[in-house]
Amino acid sequence: MTAPTIPAQPGADLSPRPLPWRRMAGVTWRQHRYALVGVVVLLGALAVWVWTAGTSLHNAYAAAVACHPVNSSACVNLVVSFNGSATDKFMGSKGAGGVLLQVMPALIGAFAGAPVLARELETGTFRFAWTQGFGRWRWALAKLVLLGVVLAAATAAFGALVSWYFQPESGANSQIPGLYEASPFGNLFSLREVTFPAWTLAAFTIAALAGMLIRRVVPAIVATLAVYAGLAFAVAAFLRKHYLTPLVTSNINISLPGGSTAWTIGQWTTKGGRFAFAGNPPDSLVNQLCSNVPQDKIGPLGFAPCLAQHGYTQWTSYQPATRFWPFQWIEGGWLLALSVLLVAAVIWLVRRRAA
Amino acid sequence: MNVVEASGLGKRYGRTWALRECTLEIPAGRVAALVGPNGAGKTTLLNLAVGLSTPSAGAVTVLGGRRAGSPAALDGIAFVAQDTPLYKTLSVADMIYITRTLNRRFDKSYAYARLEDLGIPPKRRAGKLSGGQQAQLALTLALARRPRLLVLDEPVAMLDPIARHDFMATVLAAASAYGVSVLLSSHVLTELERVADYLILLSRGQVRLAGAVDDLLATHGKASLEELALTYLRETPAEVTR
Amino acid sequence: MTALTTPARPDDDTSPRPIPWRRMTGVTWRQHRYALAAVAVLLGGLAGWLWIAGTSVHHDYAAVTACRPASAPACQDLATTFNGTWNAMSIPSVLLQLLPALIGAFVGAPLLARELETGTFRFAWTQGFGRWRWALAKLVPLAVVLAAATCAFGALVSWCYQPFLAPGNQELGIYGNTPFAVVFSLREVTFPAWTVATFAIGALAGMLIRRVVPAIVATLAVYAGLAVVAAAFLREHYLTPLVSSDTNVPGTAWIIGQWWTKDGRFAFAGNPPDSLLNACSFPQGPGGKGGGIGGPGGPPSSANPFAQCLAPHGYAPWTSFQPATRFWPFQWIEGGWLLVLAALLIAVTIWLVHRRAA
Repeated sequence: MTAPTIPAQPGADLSPRPLPWRRMAGVTWRQHRYALVGVVVLLGALAVWVWTAGTSLHNAYAAAVACHPVNSSACVNLVVSFNGSATDKFMGSKGAGGVLLQVMPALIGAFAGAPVLARELETGTFRFAWTQGFGRWRWALAKLVLLGVVLAAATAAFGALVSWYFQPESGANSQIPGLYEASPFGNLFSLREVTFPAWTLAAFTIAALAGMLIRRVVPAIVATLAVYAGLAFAVAAFLRKHYLTPLVTSNINISLPGGSTAWTIGQWTTKGGRFAFAGNPPDSLVNQLCSNVPQDKIGPLGFAPCLAQHGYTQWTSYQPATRFWPFQWIEGGWLLALSVLLVAAVIWLVRRRAA
Repeated sequence: MNVVEASGLGKRYGRTWALRECTLEIPAGRVAALVGPNGAGKTTLLNLAVGLSTPSAGAVTVLGGRRAGSPAALDGIAFVAQDTPLYKTLSVADMIYITRTLNRRFDKSYAYARLEDLGIPPKRRAGKLSGGQQAQLALTLALARRPRLLVLDEPVAMLDPIARHDFMATVLAAASAYGVSVLLSSHVLTELERVADYLILLSRGQVRLAGAVDDLLATHGKASLEELALTYLRETPAEVTR
Repeated sequence: MTALTTPARPDDDTSPRPIPWRRMTGVTWRQHRYALAAVAVLLGGLAGWLWIAGTSVHHDYAAVTACRPASAPACQDLATTFNGTWNAMSIPSVLLQLLPALIGAFVGAPLLARELETGTFRFAWTQGFGRWRWALAKLVPLAVVLAAATCAFGALVSWCYQPFLAPGNQELGIYGNTPFAVVFSLREVTFPAWTVATFAIGALAGMLIRRVVPAIVATLAVYAGLAVVAAAFLREHYLTPLVSSDTNVPGTAWIIGQWWTKDGRFAFAGNPPDSLLNACSFPQGPGGKGGGIGGPGGPPSSANPFAQCLAPHGYAPWTSFQPATRFWPFQWIEGGWLLVLAALLIAVTIWLVHRRAA
C-alpha cells in the first residue's frame, strides 16, 4: 500500500495567503481548450474569406486610383469595376456576408460563456471545483477574466482585418470622379477593432450570468442569443446615432449615396426659416413645383435640387466619418462597463449561492 | 480540537427543513460515520460542513473554529461528493493537474503511485473509467491533498465488495498513520462496523444519537453498530449522548 | 408487505405484438415541450413582427401601383420611398436565414445527444417500446411539427416579401428583385425543407458526437456549409438556364451569367476589356460624384450599358438566366433534395441507434 509522503503541517494554515491567480491559467486551458480552439478555427476560416474578398477589392481600388488620365474610358471602366465590387452588398452591413458576420459575437460569446458556470452546475462538478483550496469566487473570476482576455484579443485581430477590408471605401481619393465611398458607420461598425471584442465580451458575460442563473447549458445559450439580439437591435436602430449630437448641414450632397462618407441620420426641409416637412416632400408640393422635371433627371438626390430653386432648404443631420473612432470608443466603453458589471454580478452570485 | 462543531444548525429548502437543531461536536482523530436512511439529511449536513451551502439557522465551524467554506477551511478539508463528480471529458492526468494547481498542498508522487497500484491509466478520460475506478480516483485526489479532515458522501455506493474493502482500508490507513480525521456518510452499516469509531445517527433531519461507538454500545446495551442503528432509527427521538 | 396484485402471465409474452406507435406522442411531448414551446415563441414573435411590417409594405406598395401616371414625379417619389422600405427589409431577409439553422440545431441535436451524454439512454432503450422504434417515433413527429410550423411561417414570409418580388416593378421605378435571390430558402416549401434537413443533421450529429453542445456547434457548421454551397453553386443549375440575346431581361429573372460573342464566336465574359472600351465614351453621372455607371443605389439593373457601344462593332451580348416562372419548380426541386437528404440522415440515425452497443 502506497503511503503519502508529505507530512501534515498543522500550524501552517490558520490564515492562509491566497493561492496565486496564475494557477488558474492551466486549469482554464484544460477545461475550455476545445471552446478556445473552436473560436480560433472559426475566426481563422472567416479571416481567410474576408482576406480573399478584401484582396480583390483592394486590387480593384489600386487599379482605379493609379489609372491616368482620369477621364479616359479605360480608367472610368476601372472605377466602374471597383464600384461594382464595393457595392455587391455581400459584405456591407446589410449584405448576406455582413449580416452573417454580425452574428459572430453572439455565437462566440454564447458558446464560450454559457458552459463556464452552467456546465459545472448542470453536471454537479461544482461540488469538486468549489471545495478546492483556491476558493470558489476567485476560481470563477480567474476563469472569466482569462477567457475574456483571450476572446478579446482574437476578435480584436479580426476587427483589424475588417477595417482593412473597408479601407478603400473611406473616400481618401475623392478627386477621382464617381469613385464609391461609404460611411464607416454602415460598414460592419460592430465588427471593428474596438467594437468586435466589446460585443463579444458583452455576449460572453451575458452568457456567464445566464448560465449561473439558469444552471443548464443549452437554455443558457438560447437565452444569451435572445438577449444579445434584442440589445444589438436596440443599439443599431436607436442608440448608436446619438452617441454625439449629430451635426446639421444644408448641403444636400452630404447624403449622396455612394458619394459621401457621412452617416445620414435625419432629413427635413424648411422654407423661410420655418419647418416645412420631414423626409420626402409631399406629393402635392412635388406636383405643384416639380412636375415638369423629366424622369431621367431625378437623380439620387430626389427633388431637393428642384425644390431648392423654389426657396426650400433641405437640412440633414449626420455623423461625419471623422467621428468613427470616438464612436468606437464610446460603444466599446459602455459595452465593456456592462461586461464588468455582469461579471461582478456573476461573482456575487457565486459567493452567495447555497448549493 | 473538534473537526466539526455545529450548534443549532438547520437548513431549509423552501418550506421543508432538511436539517434542524443539529448540535454536534466531532472530535479530531476519529473516523466518524454519519448514518441514516435516505432523505435523513446526511448530504445536507456534509454540504454545510464543507461550505457548499449556507445554514438557514445556527452555525457550523470546522477544524477548530474556522468558518465552514472559508479559505482556511477549504485548505484543510478534502471533500468527495456523492456520485464522485469528476470532469468526465478530461483525462486522469488532467484531473491530477487541476487538483494540484488549485490547492496549497498536493502529493503528486503519492497520487501517481496509488493510481498505478489501482491500475488506472493516467491518459484515460475520467468518463471512460468504471464507476469503481472513478470513486478510487476521487479518493486518491482527496488524499493527495493531505487534508486534516476527509469528508466522504456515500463513497462506497458504487464499489464492489473487494473494492469497498480496499477503499475503507485506505481510509483507515490514512486516518491512523497520518492523523487524517474522517467524516463519511453511508448506509452500508456492515462496512462501517470495522472502520468507524464515532457515530452520528440522523433521521428525518434530526440527530438521534452522537458519540464514540464504544461508549454508545456500552450505554445502550447493543452488540453491534447495526443493531444500535436499527433500534434508534425506528424509535422516536432519544436524547443525544456525548 | 404489500403483495403484487397483477399475476405474472408466463405464456403471454413469447412473441409480443409491438406497442402502438401513438404512445410515443405523449412521451415526446413531455420530454421536448420546452424546446417546442421555445420554437413556438420564437416563430410567433417573428411572425407578429413580420405581419406588422408586411402590412405597411403592402400599404406602401399599393400606393405606388395605384399612382397614375407612373412617370409623374409624385409617383416617382412614392417609388423612391418604397425603395427605402426595401433597404430596411433586406436585413431581415438575411437574418431570417438563421432560423432553419437555429431551430434545427437546438431541437435536433439534443434529441439523442442528451440521452447519450446524461446516460438516460440506459433507461429509454430498455423499455418495452424498443430502441429504434423509440427513436423513429420521436424523430418523425417532431420533424412533422417543425415542418408544419415553418411552412406556415414561410407562407407569411412569402406574403410579406411579395411586393418586392412582383413582376413589373422596374417600370414603376422600384428596384427589381428576383425571387431566387431574396428569401428563396424561407418560402412555403424551402423553409420547412431546410429546417427538417438541419433537424436531421442535428439528430445524426448528436448520435455520432454524443455530447449536446458540440453536436449543436457541428450542426450549425454543417448547415452553414450546405447553405453556402446550395445558394452559391447548386441552386442556379437545378434546370438548365435559358439563354437570350435580349439585353433587357426582366428584373425578376435571375441572371446567372453574361458574355459576348463576335461573329458567332465567344469573345469575352462579363465586362469588356480595356482595349475595346477605348473606342467608347461614357457619360458622367450627375454631379460628377457618385451615381456612376453601374454605381451604387440598388441592385444592378440588367440593362447592359456597353451594348450600344459595342453592337456596331459586331459584338452581341448573351445572358443566361432563370425566369421567374421557374420559381415553383425550383422550390420543389430544392425542397425535394433536402427532404430526401433528411430522410436519408434519419434512416442512418435509426440504423445507428439500432446497432449501437450501449
